[in-house]
Amino acid sequence: MDLTVLWFWIVAFLFVGYFVLDGFDFGVGMSLPFLGRDDVDRRVLINTIGPVWDLNETWVIVAGAALFAAFPEWYATLFSGFYLALLLILLALIARGVSFEYRHQRPESRWKQWFDRMIIVGSAVPALLWGVAFANIVQGVPLDADHNYTGTLLDLLNPYALLGGLTTLLLFFTHGVVFVSLKTEGELRERARRLAARAGIITIVVAAAFLVWTGLAYGSLWFWILAAVAAVALIAGWLANARGAEGVAFTLLAVTVAAAVFALFASLFPDVMPASNDPANSLTIANASSSTYTLTVMSWVALVFMPLVLAYQGWTYWVFRKRVTRASIEAAVH
Amino acid sequence: MNELLDPLLLARWQFGLTTIYHFLFVPLTIGLASTAAVFQTAWYRTGKAEYLRITRFFGGIFLINFAMGVVTGIVQEFQFGMNWSEYSRYVGDVFGAPLALEGLLAFFFEATFIGLWIFGWDKLPRGLHLATIWCVAIGSIVSAYFIIAANAFMQNPVGFQINAEKGRAELVDIGALLTNPVALAAFPHTIAASFMVAAGLVISAAAWHLARNQHLDTMRPALKFGLWVMVGSGLLTTIFGDQLSLAMVATQPMKMAAAEATYDTVCGADASFSIFTLGTPDGSTELFSIRVPYLLSFLSTHTFDGCVEGINDLQAQYQELFGPGDYTPIIWVTYWSFRWMIGLGLAHVLVAVVGLWLTRRGRLPKQRWVWKIAIWSFPLSLAAMIVGWVFTEMGRQPWIVFSQMFTESAVSPNVTGLEVLISLIAFTLVYGALAVVEIRLVIRAIKKGPPEVGEPDPETGRHEPAATVY
Ligand code: HDD
Ligand code: HEM
Ligand code: HEM
Repeated sequence: MDLTVLWFWIVAFLFVGYFVLDGFDFGVGMSLPFLGRDDVDRRVLINTIGPVWDLNETWVIVAGAALFAAFPEWYATLFSGFYLALLLILLALIARGVSFEYRHQRPESRWKQWFDRMIIVGSAVPALLWGVAFANIVQGVPLDADHNYTGTLLDLLNPYALLGGLTTLLLFFTHGVVFVSLKTEGELRERARRLAARAGIITIVVAAAFLVWTGLAYGSLWFWILAAVAAVALIAGWLANARGAEGVAFTLLAVTVAAAVFALFASLFPDVMPASNDPANSLTIANASSSTYTLTVMSWVALVFMPLVLAYQGWTYWVFRKRVTRASIEAAVH
Repeated sequence: MNELLDPLLLARWQFGLTTIYHFLFVPLTIGLASTAAVFQTAWYRTGKAEYLRITRFFGGIFLINFAMGVVTGIVQEFQFGMNWSEYSRYVGDVFGAPLALEGLLAFFFEATFIGLWIFGWDKLPRGLHLATIWCVAIGSIVSAYFIIAANAFMQNPVGFQINAEKGRAELVDIGALLTNPVALAAFPHTIAASFMVAAGLVISAAAWHLARNQHLDTMRPALKFGLWVMVGSGLLTTIFGDQLSLAMVATQPMKMAAAEATYDTVCGADASFSIFTLGTPDGSTELFSIRVPYLLSFLSTHTFDGCVEGINDLQAQYQELFGPGDYTPIIWVTYWSFRWMIGLGLAHVLVAVVGLWLTRRGRLPKQRWVWKIAIWSFPLSLAAMIVGWVFTEMGRQPWIVFSQMFTESAVSPNVTGLEVLISLIAFTLVYGALAVVEIRLVIRAIKKGPPEVGEPDPETGRHEPAATVY
């Protein structure tokens, strides 16, 4: 296989990993106001992702770095073009990241409230804006002959892109709430299951609208196949949640996110950033990529280390497989 | 054009601000992860409660600091594309590789094992749990290697070729990139300096309690440890700094001439090193100075009769090579940052040696001033580190990649001054607020002292550490 094609799919894989993993912990963060009735509840919620949020978030760092190394033009155009949107994402990730560690440092409830808010907003903003960003990439943006983005922030906030953002927001929310029901016990678990059922219905409607719009406007054969997988998995996941099979529901929703993100990449291929004004200005896997030598080196490194990374991350999830209980929080605090 | 909205100037301020800020946390992460690992190993071997308490004490401070290192690091990873898109297009083929290697080999590793360490106290077998903190420590050092290799390419570009057709630099030798002589000297220098910073924190915290005659059982061994590490890593920093100077004279003579504000080429006894100078800010006329003859010659060439090229000669050479332009960095910045780095660093070694003498065979000095000086170890060793980077990065100017690309042609052409200004203000405010919170939390954690760990298990005679939760 051509190395540029391989790296297109490796980049896709890294973003899929990011959205599958950090997606549900954005969902857990956003669920605080809905599920966290008291401080112990909120701590239970935060502790369901406590050991893993950092490794989940690292996927976007690696995805960004892989983009830089394998498709420097794509990296440069995307990040300078979506400047202010990206700034908001960064600020949100900063606020969210420090809050997990700092929230429990002091007992005052005002202190905790501040960090709760930062976790909620810091989870919702990226969940929305990543969707907006990817929808814009699929749709195409105005680029000049040097591949520089010529639009403004407002151009990014078009109806199609906002629908994309809403889709990721709802999908991550539902996925996160299902994760909560998988990782907690008793009353909280039950409430999470019911919330997921309600949120799931809205998610199905919005996601269907977004996928159909994408398919009609930009779809390819592979897009339709992957979108169908995402749709089936989403509905099956909703049913599994309704029947109380949390593990199955969580897995199916992960499949949904993965298939949907792969579908977006499939509709892009072989472009990486189509130019909406003039197809001649589009960035493609051919004109955006690094040299064959760089890609060869990177391929070997990925081949050796990616399996290792997956192994120790999988092991971590295994170590922390137990449910988080109110009792365990109360015991540790005293 | 409005001066205030010059995207280049704003982008440079932003990069300087965010990178320095990131680097306030990095050396402590590197040094304290190893410190926690050492004390946890001591506990693992001896089962003594004090060692467990020291581990959890410095481990707690380490985590407060680590959170900031992580979130400010994400900004670093993205801002090459945001503010320096032309740079990214021109050298991404070369420069992206070490960053991607860093992510794949080091960041994943660190981020995963830190979670296992924080939450694994009651879930992993003792030995395996000990291994996780060692993994974090190793991960942080490996990550430093790759980022310094990336930076070294900017200081001394190697392993690449210009592709004229595509108009960019392309990697041709990854081995050369990763064994850049500048990286080989800068890496141990930075790691040793990081250990100085961590030792500074350990000394400061221990001194605060010992001055009040409290927590003697834990803070006395901690102080001993801090003092020895400070002396050892201080000496290593000096040795590697000397190596780095040689590498710099060979690769960027202009930076070293600017470090000494040497305008004319000088040899032998005339190649003296000024310890202190009063004069015009750029050092071109001097009113008063303390000079050590031969020292500059020795530092730059390791011989007493060597010659050191001056700024004026280098400027003329560069004009011939690269065309008309100003190739000198801001002299007063390089001159003073170089001196403060070395001066503060050597002062720390001195203070630590005196400290070891004063506390020999279990003595505890009673004089308040001894402790007052000791408490400054942490902020001042961090300051030495920061001015060292200011020297490195500003001494490279006007180049972003030495001899290959100017900083002014690296900035994103389509990002407006207003956008950069908005982000600069946003980062300044957020970073400023977080700095206040973080400093208060660290001071609070230090004052609270080492946590109690309860009674040992009557059967095994060992402590069973409690679970941690957020
Ligand atoms: C506690 C900190 C500390 C101390 C005591 C020293 N340094 Fe340093 N120095 C650094 C911390 C540092 C640093 C911040 O870590 C830098 C910035 C870039 C780098 O690689 O290390 C640095 C850079 C740096 C450079 C520039 C490298 C470049 O441009 O790439 C030189 C030539 C030296 N150092 C030399 C010395 C010498 C000769 C020292 C002592 C006699 C010394 N440093 C002590
Ligand atoms: C943590 C240590 C570092 C610190 C404190 C630091 C600090 C700085 C400072 C103060 C500047 C501004 C110089 C000026 O505007 O004249 C700068 C510039 C720059 N540095 Fe660093 N730097 C560090 C490490 C790095 C590394 C590791 C890289 C590369 C991976 C890097 C890449 C750059 C770039 C691209 C610029 C260009 C912007 C400019 O020249 O203004 N720096 N850095
Ligand atoms: C300007 C270039 C730099 C970039 C792009 C960068 C990128 C990053 C990123 C993305 C993280 C977060 C990793 C995580 O989530 O675990 C991070 C943390 C870290 N960085 Fe940087 N960094 C830069 C400068 C430096 C320098 C100069 C050093 C070392 C000398 C360094 C060493 C570290 C270490 C050890 C960590 C992990 C510990 C911590 O998070 O505090 N970085 N960096």
